[in-house]
Amino acid sequence: MMTTESVMPAENRNPATDDPPATEFYVASQWQLMRIKFRKHRLAVWSGRMVVAFYLVAIFCEFAAPYRLEDSHLDHIYAPPQRLHLIADDGLHLFPFVYAYKGMRHPETLRPVYTEDRSRTYPLQFFVRGEPYRLWGLIETDLHLFGVEEGGTLFLLGTDSMGRDLLTRIIYGSRISLTVGLFGVTLSFVFGLLIGAVSGYYGGWIDNLIQRLIEVLRSFPSIPLWMALSASLPSTWSPLQVYFGITVVLSFLGWTGLARVVRGKILALREEDYATAASLVGASKARIMIRHLLPGFTSHIIVSLTLTLPNMILGETSLSFLGLGLRPPITSWGVLLKEAQNVQAVALQPWLLTPAAFVIIAVLAFNFVGDGLRDAADPYAR
Amino acid sequence: MFHLILKRIFWMIPTLWAISFISFALIQLPPGDYLTSYITALEETGETVAEEQVAALRQRYNLDEPFLVQYFKWLNNLLFFGFERQESGSYLWVEESDGTRSFNYPWFKWPDMGVSFEWNRPVTELVGERLLLTMVISIVTLLFTWAVAIPIGIYSAVHQYSWADYTFSVLGFIGLATPNFLLALVFMYVGYSVFDVSAGGLFSAAYQNAPWSVAKFTDLLAHLWIPVIVIGTAGTAGLIRVMRGNLLDELPRQYVMTARAKGVGAWKLLLKYPVRVALNPLISTIGWVLPGIVSGSVITAVVLGLPTTGPILLRSLENQDMYLAGSMIMALSFLTVIGTLISDLLLLWLDPRIRYEGQSR
Repeated sequence: MMTTESVMPAENRNPATDDPPATEFYVASQWQLMRIKFRKHRLAVWSGRMVVAFYLVAIFCEFAAPYRLEDSHLDHIYAPPQRLHLIADDGLHLFPFVYAYKGMRHPETLRPVYTEDRSRTYPLQFFVRGEPYRLWGLIETDLHLFGVEEGGTLFLLGTDSMGRDLLTRIIYGSRISLTVGLFGVTLSFVFGLLIGAVSGYYGGWIDNLIQRLIEVLRSFPSIPLWMALSASLPSTWSPLQVYFGITVVLSFLGWTGLARVVRGKILALREEDYATAASLVGASKARIMIRHLLPGFTSHIIVSLTLTLPNMILGETSLSFLGLGLRPPITSWGVLLKEAQNVQAVALQPWLLTPAAFVIIAVLAFNFVGDGLRDAADPYAR
Repeated sequence: MFHLILKRIFWMIPTLWAISFISFALIQLPPGDYLTSYITALEETGETVAEEQVAALRQRYNLDEPFLVQYFKWLNNLLFFGFERQESGSYLWVEESDGTRSFNYPWFKWPDMGVSFEWNRPVTELVGERLLLTMVISIVTLLFTWAVAIPIGIYSAVHQYSWADYTFSVLGFIGLATPNFLLALVFMYVGYSVFDVSAGGLFSAAYQNAPWSVAKFTDLLAHLWIPVIVIGTAGTAGLIRVMRGNLLDELPRQYVMTARAKGVGAWKLLLKYPVRVALNPLISTIGWVLPGIVSGSVITAVVLGLPTTGPILLRSLENQDMYLAGSMIMALSFLTVIGTLISDLLLLWLDPRIRYEGQSR
């Protein structure tokens, strides 16, 4: 469906200059060959780094965020993004800084209006002491990745209706939004592998039945089906239960794609000589499947999973946006976007749309990584 | 050929049956039912509901029967004519002169998908026009997707690695990664802040409830393009990739070189041979493009406030209006199954290789 070749200049994939020394190439294992091939796909490599960065932020979100999730600054409600400056009245600064940020009510519209107080500057600092928190609920500390010293404010993406820093909420939201897909993919993986393997190996009416079932599930439009499934989660559930409920909902359709890949590969591989040989020497069906066939398409499974992830992230975002997925107090990107649901809110506070940029970047990065992996998955293909 | 079509249509029957079963299972999934929450709501406002009234309602809607019995009754009503409909009163109850309510025993028009508890009207009546508009939007979107994707795909393939090719690729990837509702929001925002017009809805206020006329139809066309672009973006982006990839596979083939050597003009050569071959996978992908479009139309409709199935589906799910929600999901899935069938038939007609091989895929 998608290939990235066009995004890459042709000269980047010139085998004459990029190929490793021939001897190394010929003794390389399959996985080494894949790594070599993946590295040539520069966009995919950069996207891979981006994905890693996203997950690092998600894992250490308490540390990476300048504030705590629950911190609300009631004197800074709906504050627009604060600007970072390098040049002040007294000349160029070495570090970017923000001015003091003062809010007041507009005399006529009563809307909050914010002005920079140019007499006081707060330089942006790294590893700054701030509000105390518990990392993963365990380690007590007050160290933040970045921030400003006490007295100043740092709202790089603005604040919401309760004066909460939007960047902080996006960073905390990434933990939820990025892992919902991960758990959903894990579930899809288990179902897809099992059902696909059964379908491909046994064939006959079992195969036919499973293929028809997949066809039926695929003809359901995904969002309405997800909507119905998540609407059926009991409203009495705790946030954690809802979270896992949504992952189950998202994987309800996700496994079908993987099952098809697995089935197709098994159908092709079980006719190979080595599979026949294994069965002739008396290996059981399960052993042939796990020991001999599975390694042959592990890479394809990984590709399929990488390409399923962005769909799940989009699914969670859409569901939460509609109010059927995750709900506050859980903070996810979709939950944040729900606040930007009506056009008046967007017109007055356009910065509320910034979580969408993170959704798009994450989805793009996953797609590019998936593309790179797909090209690398079969290192023997031209 | 005829045999193939018959076989294909025959296979639809178990598919549709399975869809109806899954849809009904979805209806039954939430704990409790609308009646329970409805009675709780009534009692909160101080109204009392007579015991026997509740019991009769439960019996009327088979709420206490086992799942399979409920399903087959629902299916039976769906497929065959129900009882005669009682004309007077609303569908759930009849208001007597002294203010008490008694039950109406309505059995509805065909096809009977049950009653929407919230609206107190048959589902068919509620869904009918909205489903039609959903279909119109989906088909127009599909055509739009093709009209945009095919020329761009051809151009990108012929001018591979040109700046235009890169631009379209980047735009395409961003289009794929942008959620539909976000694009809708952006359109609303631009319409609101730059042009000071509302981008929502499908009709101007004057035509909202007017009967169908030429003027209303042109009004519809004037409003249609925004949802069509919003819904179609993701599909267009995907199709450009498919079209470009297919054509790139075909262009280096020997038949192209032969034709060129024989002096066939560039345009004629391109359109008559490789493009025709490259179009095949495009048509066979209707099967997965269509569910995407329908799915996208639901969420876009909620944001833009379109009078299609989206908003009503969302509300029915929020209120556990079971029959309405289930029927709507079923109807939307039917739509995609039929779309897939049409695409298979088109493919049969278009590609002689499939036709003569005697296999539908």
